[in-house]
Amino acid sequence: MFDLLTLQEYWWFLVSVIGALFVFMTFVQGGQMLLYTLGKTEDERDLLVNSLGRKWELTFTALVMFGGALFAAFPLFYAVSFGGAYFVWMAILFCFIIQAVAYEYRKKPDNFYGERFYETLLYINGSLGIFLIGVALGTLFTGGNFTVNEYNLSQWTLPSYGLEALLNPFNVAFGLMLVFLARVQGALYFFNNLNEPTITARIKKVVTVNFVMFLVLFLYVLATILFSDGYVYDPNTGVVSIESMKFLHSFLAMPLLLVILLVGVLTLLFGIFIALIKNSTKAIWFSGLGTVLTVTILMLILGVNNSVYYPSLADLQSSLTIENSSGSFYTLSVMSVVSLLVPVVLGYIIYFWRKMDTTKITIDEIKSDPHHY
Amino acid sequence: MEHTELLTDWSRAQFALTALYHWLFVPLTLGLTFIVAIMETIYVKTGDTKWKETTKFWMGLLAINFAIGLATGIIMEFEFGTNWSNYSWIVGDIFGAPLAIEGLMAFFLESTFFAVMFFGWNKVSKKTHLVSTWLVAVGSNLSALWILIANGWMQNPVGMKFNPDTARHEMVDFWALVFNPNAVSKFLHTISSGYVLASLFVIGISAWYLIKKRDTQFARRSIIVASSFGLITSLFLLTTGDESAHQVALNQPMKLAAMEGLYDGEERAGIVAFGLLDQTKEIGDEKDPFHFSFEIPGALSFLGYHDLNAFVPGIDNLIEGSEKYGLISVKEKMKRGKIAVASLAAYKRYKKQNNMPEAQKALKAFEANQKYMGYGYLKKPEDAVPNVALSFYSFHIMVGLGTWFLVLFAMSLYLSMINEMHKKKWFLYLALLTMPLAWVAQEAGWIVAEAGRQPWAIQDLLPVGMASSNISTTSVMITFWLFAVLFTALLIAEVKIMLKQIKIGPEGH
Ligand code: HDD
Ligand code: HEM
Ligand code: HEM
Repeated sequence: MFDLLTLQEYWWFLVSVIGALFVFMTFVQGGQMLLYTLGKTEDERDLLVNSLGRKWELTFTALVMFGGALFAAFPLFYAVSFGGAYFVWMAILFCFIIQAVAYEYRKKPDNFYGERFYETLLYINGSLGIFLIGVALGTLFTGGNFTVNEYNLSQWTLPSYGLEALLNPFNVAFGLMLVFLARVQGALYFFNNLNEPTITARIKKVVTVNFVMFLVLFLYVLATILFSDGYVYDPNTGVVSIESMKFLHSFLAMPLLLVILLVGVLTLLFGIFIALIKNSTKAIWFSGLGTVLTVTILMLILGVNNSVYYPSLADLQSSLTIENSSGSFYTLSVMSVVSLLVPVVLGYIIYFWRKMDTTKITIDEIKSDPHHY
Repeated sequence: MEHTELLTDWSRAQFALTALYHWLFVPLTLGLTFIVAIMETIYVKTGDTKWKETTKFWMGLLAINFAIGLATGIIMEFEFGTNWSNYSWIVGDIFGAPLAIEGLMAFFLESTFFAVMFFGWNKVSKKTHLVSTWLVAVGSNLSALWILIANGWMQNPVGMKFNPDTARHEMVDFWALVFNPNAVSKFLHTISSGYVLASLFVIGISAWYLIKKRDTQFARRSIIVASSFGLITSLFLLTTGDESAHQVALNQPMKLAAMEGLYDGEERAGIVAFGLLDQTKEIGDEKDPFHFSFEIPGALSFLGYHDLNAFVPGIDNLIEGSEKYGLISVKEKMKRGKIAVASLAAYKRYKKQNNMPEAQKALKAFEANQKYMGYGYLKKPEDAVPNVALSFYSFHIMVGLGTWFLVLFAMSLYLSMINEMHKKKWFLYLALLTMPLAWVAQEAGWIVAEAGRQPWAIQDLLPVGMASSNISTTSVMITFWLFAVLFTALLIAEVKIMLKQIKIGPEGH
């Protein structure tokens, strides 16, 4: 029914969407970084933690899903990047291990390390975790130092096993951009989720400052993507070569993607605008939608139009493309059938999210519930 | 980079460490979610708020356990890529699918409804809440289903074909994967082991309340639910354990021989009920493998092949081969394996030179021998034998404890039915002391399954030495110790918090 390339493109699209949904969900990490900025008393911080506490698992699961989808659809990427850029991925994992326990254990009596310790874990998860994920995503554009042999077994060529990515300004900017985006989103989430005037009064300033930082980094990242060299492969021979302004050409060849990208950016700006000017608590939905569209397109552009999505700096011909790194036709077909579940899953998540959030959380509610975080 | 044995050992150690930690928490989640769901169902049916309190108390303990289960789980998923990257490529086309399906089908179900179950008491209707609790239970068990399909495939690889051009195994039959008999028995055995552990957990803690003479009504209520649940599920556990052994006999005879310390195969083979292995015993020598042992005749033949008189091959027979029983020696398998490996290389070479006729010839030779491909990488026949002592003792600890748990459940159900439980101090202490043994049995079971599978990552096809990532041993050592420290630190906090919550108790003393 479909040919292999169509399935590969479909799966690259799905991976992009899951990645984008994850980036949206990092408002949880953003919120974790703001505990002390927005919460001045213990009660206020409890409120913030509990507000995030109803959502953090979804973010966590989105990350696991992102990994799982990559494994099933592009196993060579899974092998090359995780097994090669070892320390970066391990550092990311450590940042997420500590998150899971922090919510549950922070307030429990006899928690051994004290409340502040678990709050620090939340901060590390929010800042370092998101920064490193950004760096790792950045390497999809800038490349990694790996080789792949004729049996498709891979090897990293630098003993720093991925940490060298931190020396690349683009990767660092990408990481910081996600951090500031998460902070903006975290603040907007609280704006929507809480009913505690003392806290909401502090939100606008946070949004403004972090948004400016984000915007500067975003423009730098976008300009670099559009105007620097990219990598292409010949669809017939698979040979990889360098093309200047590759991604700009891709966008011009696929104007629809360019339009969606612009719509995404404008929707994000609109969200910020109505938050700051109109005090709208719905702002997160616009900035969120904008984020999802923008990130989807930025990921998608890597995989389409004969682009290389993970260039090798050690051996150009080892670079990964959606064609040379994917699962077999059969597996991709089976998984495509399974992917029909995605809308069902999104459906029940949205339904229960709304149900749980119909009333805004207050400090009194937290205090009256013995099962709070 | 050379794959050194040291690298393999550290990679194995790291996987073992993280998996064993993950498994400290998972079985409790698997079982307690069901017990909690049953309790809440009673509450909704009767409207008795005492049952609501009971539900909420156990749910609190569940949440403490759940958090650290997630923390240790995320590692495992990514570890296939970070530490077993060759593996991830060679079998990723088959292995990745169940993991992705697990995420989509199970993890989102768990994480969405966990929040509803935990924070939704006043936000959704009673019915919706109950459904959410059940969905958490279903979600966690679905997660077990898919991960065990993946694991079952490692023990008994089915539904795939090797593609010489991509140099990997590719899936050709998804349903063969799902209904792999090994995966089915594994799934049933593992989830029931979780139910048994959770029942022992509830009984143990309740027994402590009875010893302390506090919260007695609550404790007795909990014990009745847990003993009934435990008795039924441990019967099921024994049945599925028997089926697991049958599957091992069919696909992994070497593992079965190691589990029983059986060197010299026999018809009407017995099970060693207890025994002390002689550590100086070597493969192929004439020594008795045991200092002393007590055997149940015919039992192993029955367990393995469901036939009292079946021949069970021992380690020596499997190494040396036997014409009578149709066993090929490991030497011969290694020879065929080496032909497979060399033919594959030749195929690649000829194909590069565009010499299609020769390439086809090489491919034929490869296909004729590919069944033993993994043996081509072994250095000597003894490499095909797993650690006998580890497999033997783990298996016997598990089986012994399983039998004891059954007895305990029967006693505790009987005593609570006749309302005598709280008076029998000795029994209460017994129940309390048995509780930690549930974890011992769990971990032992996995050691049987995983250490007994050695040297294979994929049975007969891929030895562990080939499977790991091509990274420096030092990198793996560093992360091994980081995991060891971090997980231990988190475990300490978890246990302390759990004990405190138990002390506080259902009524918040
Ligand atoms: C409370 C825990 C517990 C108890 C009491 C038992 N088991 Fe078990 N067993 C497990 C928990 C477990 C497990 C942790 O769930 C394992 C590890 C891998 C697996 O599939 O299940 C397992 C594995 C396992 C295997 C290895 C499967 C393989 O290699 O793939 C066999 C043959 C048995 N079991 C057999 C038994 C028998 C005959 C028992 C009789 C009493 C028994 N188990 C009790
Ligand atoms: C017998 C083997 C396993 C079973 C039955 C099992 C089951 C579970 C269950 C029930 C959970 C829910 C959380 C909790 O533990 O409380 C969980 C968490 C998790 N497990 Fe395992 N697991 C097993 C092994 C593994 C392995 C080998 C992996 C690696 C792929 C893995 C990956 C994960 C992940 C990523 C999570 C976090 C889930 C989340 O995001 O909600 N597990 N596992
Ligand atoms: C959570 C329960 C599990 C435990 C306690 C466990 C335990 C272990 C242990 C002890 C080893 C080291 C064996 C040795 O080197 O001697 C190991 C290896 C391994 N296990 Fe498991 N395991 C579990 C579940 C799984 C599952 C569900 C999978 C697959 C989906 C899996 C895949 C592997 C792999 C790939 C290795 C490394 C390669 C090898 O040694 O064969 N494990 N595990």
